[in-house]
Amino acid sequence: MRLYIKYFAIQFRSVMEYKASFFLTTIGQFFISFNIFLGIYFMFQRFPIVEGFTYSEVLLCFGMTLLEFSLAECFARGFDMFSIMIKKGEFDRIMVRPRNEIFQVLGNYIEFTRLGRIIQALIMFAYGIAANNITWDLGKIITVLFMLVGGTVLFSGIFLIYASLCFFTTEGLEFMNVLTYGAREYGKYPVSIYGKRMLQFCTFIVPYSLVQYYPLLNLLDRGKPYYSLLPLLACLFLIPCYLLWRMGVKHYTSCGS
Amino acid sequence: MRKYLVFFRLRFSMGLQYRAAALAGIVTQFAWGAMEIALFRAFYHTDPGSFPMTFSAVSAYVWMQQAFLALFMAWMMENEIFDDIVNGNIAYELCRPIDIYNMWFSRSLANRLSKAVLRCMPILIFAAFLPAPYGLIPPVDFISFFFFLLTLVTGLSVTVAFCMLVYIVSFFTISPAGIRMVAVSMVDFFSGAVIPLPFFPEHIKHILELLPFASMQNVPLRIYSGDLSGPAMWKAVLLQLLWLLILVLMGKVLNFLAMKRIRIQGG
Repeated sequence: MRLYIKYFAIQFRSVMEYKASFFLTTIGQFFISFNIFLGIYFMFQRFPIVEGFTYSEVLLCFGMTLLEFSLAECFARGFDMFSIMIKKGEFDRIMVRPRNEIFQVLGNYIEFTRLGRIIQALIMFAYGIAANNITWDLGKIITVLFMLVGGTVLFSGIFLIYASLCFFTTEGLEFMNVLTYGAREYGKYPVSIYGKRMLQFCTFIVPYSLVQYYPLLNLLDRGKPYYSLLPLLACLFLIPCYLLWRMGVKHYTSCGS
Repeated sequence: MRKYLVFFRLRFSMGLQYRAAALAGIVTQFAWGAMEIALFRAFYHTDPGSFPMTFSAVSAYVWMQQAFLALFMAWMMENEIFDDIVNGNIAYELCRPIDIYNMWFSRSLANRLSKAVLRCMPILIFAAFLPAPYGLIPPVDFISFFFFLLTLVTGLSVTVAFCMLVYIVSFFTISPAGIRMVAVSMVDFFSGAVIPLPFFPEHIKHILELLPFASMQNVPLRIYSGDLSGPAMWKAVLLQLLWLLILVLMGKVLNFLAMKRIRIQGG
């Protein structure tokens, strides 16, 4: 942990060398997801409700998903850049060091510019909470915490799969974008509105709905009590991801440099 | 003129090399299209009366958008050009007896076209076999199909002309990242890539339809699905040509200014 803080400090200092570029990129990041928000806003100008969810409920959902995604992206960015690392042969350097590989990959890239998105997600989340008149109790605070942890872990797991596949293909697979950026893009609405089959897919195969749809119902007082615990179940998703990574490391042959 | 045709041909055949990447892209785009349609279906279920287009027109719009993604997406800019400007390699290009605007223009056109050619057919064919409201409908009539092809080309040219402005502006700003990000998100939103323009509230829609961004993917995709026809279509076609002219002229003037004060950054 101490070492990660050290990595964190180094990355932060190096980013701060180019302040103007940092702020521009942060603002840019803000605008890119702001588009998605505007899309929702204008859709709800036309339709008051969609499949039982109102505008403010959808915003709460989007804020939450965006927050989980941005946190995961901020810390697990190393996996996203992993194909470049493999191609340059930088992974060799990591292999010879007496530390966990995952830990070093994560430490190599920490993306501070995601701040723009995190701020936006927090604003939407706050608005969603205020507009839905959520009455807070201990259960709901715990639900929100579980959602944050579960969602960040889940997205990190998907980034980990993306990185692991690079061991076999060298190139990053464009298809994985559906599971990462696609989930951010379409996670703006509760999973259930995409239809029953999509909900099943997102419950049993890639468990997005465990960190989004079900606990959200609880926040809105519509779910069953055990829904709050489902995000923890989603954390189990990390196990197959980790196994795939181990397989990849075993399979690794350097491509030079 | 012949020089630029050669540039075009060269880039086009270069782009056709990346078949595996295209296959991965097709699968991805199919998934995005399916999600997009599922999303609109949910809104349609809630209130069919508030829907500004017919549902099959929306499906056609989405599939066409996915099939011709490479033609219109502003974020598919050419990193090589930005790299050349930042690291000073641009000096070599400037030594050649060619006009840099025309060269980049033909090169971008070719790049986008080759990507689209590789990707569009499987998506279009697959979408055509989907059941009624979710699939790709055949064109309404021959005339609208003809105008679809015509506006597809002008729409592509408008997109490229806009991207040219971003390339040239980065001569002045040195670091292109910021301007690029802002331009890309503007195009994304105003051109109807996030939600189709008919879904905007009326008064906003009227303003958006006059902007150059509406002349990109909005016009051909809506003509194909029959959402844009008659006098409205004629107006859109003329507006497209007008914007193409304005953007190219702006690009040429900016390019001229940039060439006068250019400083090469090492290299």
